[in-house]
Amino acid sequence: MPKITYIDHDGTERTVEAKNGESVMEAAIKNSIPGIDADCGGACACATCHVYVDQAFMDKVGEQQEMEKSMLDFAENVQENSRLSCQITVSDDLDGLRVTTPESQH
Amino acid sequence: MDLSDASQIVLIGGGQAAAQAVQSLRMGGYAGKLVLVGDEPALPYQRPPLSKAYMKGEFAEERLFFKPAAWYEDNGVELILSTRATRIDRAAQVVELEHGATLNYDALILCTGSRPRPLPVKGADLENVFDLRGLADVDRIQPNMVAGRRMVIIGAGYIGLEAAAVARQMGLEVTVLEMADRVLARVTSPTMSAFYEKEHRAQGVTILTGARLDHLEGENGKVSAAVLADGTKLPADIVLAGIGILPNIELAQDAGLTIDNGIATDRDAHTSDPRIFAAGDCASRPLVHYGRTGRLESVHNAIEQGKLAAAAILGKPRPPEDCPWFWSDQYDLKLQIAGLNQGHDEIVVRGNPDERKFAVFYLRNGTLIAVDAVNSPPEFLASKKLIMTGTKVAPDMLKDTSISMKDIAAAAASA
Repeated sequence: MPKITYIDHDGTERTVEAKNGESVMEAAIKNSIPGIDADCGGACACATCHVYVDQAFMDKVGEQQEMEKSMLDFAENVQENSRLSCQITVSDDLDGLRVTTPESQH
Repeated sequence: MDLSDASQIVLIGGGQAAAQAVQSLRMGGYAGKLVLVGDEPALPYQRPPLSKAYMKGEFAEERLFFKPAAWYEDNGVELILSTRATRIDRAAQVVELEHGATLNYDALILCTGSRPRPLPVKGADLENVFDLRGLADVDRIQPNMVAGRRMVIIGAGYIGLEAAAVARQMGLEVTVLEMADRVLARVTSPTMSAFYEKEHRAQGVTILTGARLDHLEGENGKVSAAVLADGTKLPADIVLAGIGILPNIELAQDAGLTIDNGIATDRDAHTSDPRIFAAGDCASRPLVHYGRTGRLESVHNAIEQGKLAAAAILGKPRPPEDCPWFWSDQYDLKLQIAGLNQGHDEIVVRGNPDERKFAVFYLRNGTLIAVDAVNSPPEFLASKKLIMTGTKVAPDMLKDTSISMKDIAAAAASA
């Protein structure tokens, strides 16, 4: 099972084992990772699962769809490695993925 | 509240509000006992996918669960499932469960949710007549979701229309009956209703508005037709009722708690008993952005009140109260709704419905109070903030798609 490391905005790291097919958001929620709210449960409706993807994985996490792009446009402190974690599907390619959560999702 | 590590918090209900409250209590440092009593057999799960991806068979059951079973064990949360709470003894601070067990509580959170309004017609108890509220409902419906079968949906609210979209995509012949003269009449504007009617018709759904169901007919105990008041008979293999929900207030009512459409709460989710809280569909709460109270049937509301109750119990600062928001997925259309449109005196349409990307804004005295945004996240997200700040927005700007929502929001904020 691919391991994903979530890093708090203050630097605390938490590594979890994710399942192929679930989203990076779901793996976080099931393991009570703080810093990801994901109020809509993964419907790309709320923009509260914003993360910053480690540069080394930017070409492995897949392309952003139009809906995600325009949702992220309104999130706080967006960077070029910003993604909505509900839109990244876990696969073996993502083993070792590191994502950082923002200070706030609102 | 001042709760020791020997204290016990009981939650009744296993939906979104209860799941949130349990999580917020534990993450917030509550070290006492936590017991969640739910009348369904499943672990607490999210409902929105039930009428969408899960119904379509595209979403595995385990993905519905907020947390795996191990999480509850690891976090010391006792789950008592398949069990109804039957009575609250407020004086003794005890909840009675069916089969005779009792639970003491230092704080009690009522997350009893809501139930489908029953179809008030003859034949409603026939086989293959379904509600769509819980996991068990969908598991009963799904074997019948077979291409070519005829499904009659009673009620063109969000549940009915989402189910119609799924059934149509699975190849069923779908008819939607609506008593009002348009779909979504209770919740949205004629512009939105017309758009969704057109979309569903283009997908091959038959929509009958102004149609009153008289009764259901059956053969060998199974539903065979829906008969309208004007005598029209619609053959049916499956009937799905989506005519609204009723809050589960009886437990609270019998215990003498104040009821106001739902279980009445203050901003911090307290009921009229300081040791009892209510959250989610069952609760009626102050709607701080609208200066009135109301009962909301939504994920946002359940999450927020779950957090509010947990914060009040732990003596933490009140979490932010967001503008109410909702969403609905039908076909490839994502509808995002911010705010409550009741009481609007002006409607502004931005964009062109024919392009399947547009928004309808609702204003009162020049202030934005709600938006329905179809495939338009910027309109939804910008409006959420404007609604929360009670900002006046120029209708001419909202109409003008050459001005971005960011610029409109900035202009409104500085006006």
